[in-house]
Parts: sequence; C-alpha cells; structure tokens
Amino acid sequence: MNRILSTAGTEFRIALRNRWVAIALVLMAVFSLVLSLAGSAPTGGLGVDRLSVTVASLTSLSVYLIPLLALLMSFDAIAGESERGTLSLLLAYPIAREEILLGKLVAHLAILTLAVLLGHGLAAGVAIATDENALAGLPALFRLSWSSVLLGATFLGAGYALSALSRRPSGAAGLAIGLWLGLVVLYDLALLSAIVADNGGWFTTDAFPVALLANPADAFRLFNLTASGATAAAAGVGGAADAIPLWQSLSSVLIWPFAALALAAAAFRKVTP
Amino acid sequence: MTSTLKISALTKRFGDLAALGGVSLTVAPGERVALLGHNGAGKSTLMKIILGLIPATGGEVTICDAAPGSPAARRAVAYLPENVAFHPALTGEEQIRHYLSLRGESPSLAMGLLEKVGLGQAARRRIGTYSKGMRQRVGLAQALIGNPRLLVLDEPTSGLDPVSRREFYALLDDLAAQGASILLSSHALTEVEARTDRILILSRGRLVAEGTLSDLRRRADLPVTMHVTARNGYAPDIARALPGAILVDGALHLTCAQTEKLETLGRIAGLGDKVADLEVLPPSLEDLYSHFSQQGAQ
Repeated sequence: MNRILSTAGTEFRIALRNRWVAIALVLMAVFSLVLSLAGSAPTGGLGVDRLSVTVASLTSLSVYLIPLLALLMSFDAIAGESERGTLSLLLAYPIAREEILLGKLVAHLAILTLAVLLGHGLAAGVAIATDENALAGLPALFRLSWSSVLLGATFLGAGYALSALSRRPSGAAGLAIGLWLGLVVLYDLALLSAIVADNGGWFTTDAFPVALLANPADAFRLFNLTASGATAAAAGVGGAADAIPLWQSLSSVLIWPFAALALAAAAFRKVTP
Repeated sequence: MTSTLKISALTKRFGDLAALGGVSLTVAPGERVALLGHNGAGKSTLMKIILGLIPATGGEVTICDAAPGSPAARRAVAYLPENVAFHPALTGEEQIRHYLSLRGESPSLAMGLLEKVGLGQAARRRIGTYSKGMRQRVGLAQALIGNPRLLVLDEPTSGLDPVSRREFYALLDDLAAQGASILLSSHALTEVEARTDRILILSRGRLVAEGTLSDLRRRADLPVTMHVTARNGYAPDIARALPGAILVDGALHLTCAQTEKLETLGRIAGLGDKVADLEVLPPSLEDLYSHFSQQGAQ
C-alpha cells in the first residue's frame, strides 16, 4: 500500500511540475464556464432548468476532453520509464507491476477528478446563481461527474496499455492520438455513414446499438443522456439514446475501466526491460 | 549458507543467438567480483537474469537461497543499471525518498544517503539540472538503500571523474566489509585491478577465465617486462650480461617468461653497482583480458 502511495505521490509531483495539473484544471474550468454561460440561450421555451441544459452540453464536451486529457497524461507512463532506463531499475525493486500501474493510476485519476470537480462546480455555481430551479439538475450533474471519472480511468488504462506496447514515448504519443481520433471522432462518423448506407436494415437495428455500447466514449454519452432524459437536447448518434436501455449503457460505463486496466496490466506484463 | 549468489550451467538464448552458454559462478558474502567482457559478451544479460528481469533458458540461479525475481531476492538485491537517467522534474531528494518507500524504509534517510555519495548540496535541485556524474551518484545512492546483500552494478563508474571513482570504490569497500557481495561490470580495467577480489572474464557468452588477478597472471603465463636503467657508461656491459635486452631511451628493456623471472632478477642483482634502477612490469589487465578473450574465441 505504501509503495502504491509513494508511486502516486511521485507521479502527482511530476504531473504538477510538467503542468498537466494546471492544463487539466484550466481546460475543464474554462470550457465548463463557457458552456454554462452560453447555455442560457436554449432554456427559454424548453421548460427545463438551466443546470440540466448545461449538463447536456457538458456531456458532449466531456466525451472529447476527458479521453484526451487521460491519454495525454498516460502515454509516457511506461515508455518514458523505459527510455530513461529507470524501468529495469524499478522492476528490480520489490514492487509488483500491478502496483506500479495502480500508483500511476491513483495520481492521474486524482488530477482528472480535481479537474472534473472544479469544472462541474463552476458550472453548478453559475447555473444556481442565475436560475433558482437549477437545483433540480444537481443529480444529473453528479451522475456526469462520477461517470466522467470512470471514462477517464478507461482512457488512462488504454494509455498505459499503448505505452507498454510501444516502448518509446514518441510512438506511444502517436498511438494515443490515433486512439483518441479513432474512438472519439471517427467512430461516430463511421457509424453514421453506415446507418445512412444501411437505410434502416440489419445494421441499424442490431449492430448499431452494440457498436455504441462497445465504445466507452459513446456508452458514456448514451448513459448520461438517457439517465437525464435529455435526448431532446442531443444531436448525432446521441439521438439513439432512446433506443438503448439505461442498464446497458450503465454496464458499459462500469465495466470499461476495469477492462482497460486489465488490458494495461496484460500489456505491461509482456514488457521485458 | 555460504554464497550470496550461485549460478550453475546458466544458458540464455535469444532465438538462434546464444547469449550465455553454460555460465557457472558463485559470489561469497563480502566478495567484490568484477565482470569483464566486450560489448555484447553477455554481461548485461547475465545481470538481468540475476535480477529476474528476464528468464533464463536453462541452468539455475539462486540469490540468498531464493529464485531471481522472487520477493525475497528482490529485497536482497540492489541494482544500478547502465546509463540510468531519472525523471528530470524530480529533485534528487524526492527520487531517493521514493526509492526508500519502495523498499519499505523511512524516506527521511534520503539526505543521509545523498550526502554519502556527495550530493548533499544538490539534493534539493531538480535532476534535470544534474551532470551525468551527478545522475550516476543518484543511482549509487539508491543502490545503497536497505543494506542489500548483493549489489549488481552495470558500469557503475562510467561518467565519474577519477576522484569520484576513488570515493565510489571506498563506499564499496565499506559495504563489502559489512558482508555485502558486489558484482560489477566495468570497462575501466585499471580500477578493477586494484579494487576487486576476483575477476571473471566473459567472452561470447562463456566464462573464459575466473580467479584473482595473480591467479589469472600465472595461468596466462604472459611474459614479464623489466626496465633496467644503467649507471653512466655501463649500458653496454649490462646489455652483454642480459641477452635479448633492447636499449630504449637510455634504459634496457627485456622480457622473460614467468618461470624465468627470479633467475633474471638474480642476474640483474649480480650486476651490482652498474644498475641504477630496476622496474618490473607484470602483464597488465588489458593484456590478460585480450589473452583470455582470444583463447575463449578459439
């Protein structure tokens, strides 16, 4: 336990000095503030409180931002140690590989959690200050907060796995950006074009929901939109939220962090220094 | 338990390449052993197997009665990799505090360790500002944590200046005196000569020679060189008395086999006042090293 905490403390210090903490906090704060201030426009006729609308916007933002931050923090975790020559030293110490991973995860997840809490706190503050009904949106915001942290854990795990696979920080960075583009940007585009081409056939009815649940970013968006009943405010593939039951997207959100970390541990076990 | 490290018939293959072939050796408590070999001779591979970082293909390794890589073995062994560079964003003190925690020791011991390796002044500066020699000292400081039973040091003095090297070997002497075993590899043969109890020469994955320096000298049976300086005008007399001697810069150089050494010395002593000075140069470690490496290659 001590070894994990010491690793986490060291990693947190490194992230602080490398400005990752500042970058994550500022990004989340700025985007959350912008969204909560700009979110006032559509409230008028919808009869929804202001915070609920902000949560819908924050959901769309988090799908992009949280995986990006997580991958940026994690791609160097193993490849960097390998390049500096400290990996063989670390593995000669009485510490298990899983403990090394867990220590890094604790530090990186703490930073993401801080960023999420700051951003969401600011958003809630703005909404409640300007709309007395905004308290009704707090459960949705809380749901968004913890599922954002889980989404972060998933992509941290994926980043560690890529870091272990590529061995060089430059290679790991390339893979991380590739994964982000693939899962967060291109995946949805590919699904949409497949649906258009399919024109209401087997793909749309059977394969499409499974494909959405298989992608942790899409599952995260589905879960938050379904749970808050905000599908009306959603666009793109988020509009499919009605068709997929809540328990399915919730399961995906809960299972992915563990799957990604198991993947990372398996990739790290294969590394010979 | 008699030996800290025991290796028998160790082999390691990387695909078709035999990196180590049938290496056997033991290191006793308090013994300082130097591992010599060309680049690619298998030194680092041998060390990584001892540390449990890579598995052996065949043979057996035990460290303090434990298998390499087991928790007990990892607690007993300290390691200094070649060319290690710690994270530039951390200070020397923070890095050592972390390594202390990993070994279950109190982080407050960090400053003492850093002072021991001469980094007390720089402990609160970031490692990114350190020179190569200073980074190597951080590596040494972490290897001293927790009284290890066996220290595995890969090129530990590379990047250190001569004064630092002497201080470093003094540290190793202290550790060995307390019963720690030391296995180090080095390219600086002259320092190994003076500072280790036993030398192992590895060539193409095989142990071609093992023993103390004088053992190896006797076995190699390389010729001894003597430099005789004559008093003014007596050089021709001495040259006549010592067949085979060559005059170089006013001194007579001659070589003889180990077995003829005493006889030759007797003859020189018999020349009495004609000799101003005499120097006996045993074969250097470089000579021994190339002798055994070539022998191993055949």
